[in-house]
Amino acid sequence: MYETSYHRASSVDDAQSKMKAAEDGKFLGGGMTLIPTMKQRLAAPTDIIDLAHVGDMKGIKADGSGITIGGGVTHSEVADSADVKAAIPALSYLAGLIGDPHVRNRGTIGGSVANNDPAADYPSACLGLGATIITNQRQIAADDFFVGLFETALNEDEIITAIHFPKPAKAGYAKFPNPASRYAMAGVFVAETGGDVRVAVTGAGNDGVYRESALEAALGGSLSVGAIDGISLDASNMMADMHGSSEYRANLVKVMAKRAIEAA
Amino acid sequence: MTVINLTVNGSEVSGEVDDRTLLVQFIRDQLRLTGTHVGCDTSQCGACVVHVDGKAMKSCTMLAVQADGSDVTTIEGLADGAELHPVQKAFRENHGLQCGFCTPGMIMAATDMINRHGKDLDEETIREELEGNICRCTGYHNIVKSIAAAAKEMG
Repeated sequence: MYETSYHRASSVDDAQSKMKAAEDGKFLGGGMTLIPTMKQRLAAPTDIIDLAHVGDMKGIKADGSGITIGGGVTHSEVADSADVKAAIPALSYLAGLIGDPHVRNRGTIGGSVANNDPAADYPSACLGLGATIITNQRQIAADDFFVGLFETALNEDEIITAIHFPKPAKAGYAKFPNPASRYAMAGVFVAETGGDVRVAVTGAGNDGVYRESALEAALGGSLSVGAIDGISLDASNMMADMHGSSEYRANLVKVMAKRAIEAA
Repeated sequence: MTVINLTVNGSEVSGEVDDRTLLVQFIRDQLRLTGTHVGCDTSQCGACVVHVDGKAMKSCTMLAVQADGSDVTTIEGLADGAELHPVQKAFRENHGLQCGFCTPGMIMAATDMINRHGKDLDEETIREELEGNICRCTGYHNIVKSIAAAAKEMG
């Protein structure tokens, strides 16, 4: 790892002013991606600003409309939360599939969503549930947030302070993990809310997380496995690598979509 | 360089570290607690697992400065003098190790697992929760047996 300077932020405002003062700063959530990336010298920020001690970014709040999760909440806190289990069990299930128990004890939802890894789990839940990303500067709809591979609508000094997930009528998640990394080779999050169905796919698309319009159109307003039986997905937008061809992933997305619908 | 103060295995320690120093480097090289191992150094294998504020974490994927002010427990902190911790005892009795390289991380992961699930830890849960700990000798079978036995003992 190249040399860097560590700064611990005490509040969101403090974090933002520390970022402004830095030459080439990076915010640090749990560090489950940033630290390995720095160790491999693929990232070399001059300064890292640790958000782990910002009290305003902790906690999970439930109300009639859904769940609001602080940007600094860890994956294991989401997986174990009684409020999340009651309102959106698919979200709790998804959080429990990320990495391994030790990674889940440290990694945060804000960090994962801001990083927008094309095979991460959380982006599919944000897009599938139509979440709102709340930052220190504004609120961004998930549909406008995920721009491309590791790219989001966030500005350099913008921090995800919380994410609001509206409560769906039904939702489900199914993931086919890469057997080595446990990242998704295809992960599909389906949600039905007031006659509207959303299908979000991670791990398979060429541009990262996306909504699968062919499956959404076939499902119409409700989740039923039978409705997508005859569909075959376009492989031209799918990722191809040593783990699977784009045709393989196109089929995997459909299989995972069926499992997610069954689980919902 | 930054001065950090933390509690390690019940004792207050402090040290001056380069900000890029990993927690595992601080534990091994500065504190000379070499029971915590570095296996893969890429967050996969779990040989470096320690408890930070009561939760299992990978000390190769954390900076020492991030642990400033925290309470850290390493494998050296589990036994009560000459009396082994129940998880350590169970690994010995059930032959839960061969070369032993992964064992400190396995035991720290197992302790965290038992703290969360209690005595009703079933085999399926143990196997699933060992996702972040790699052993290349045992085939996991006796590790799983050891953890189940320790959970019963501790429950």
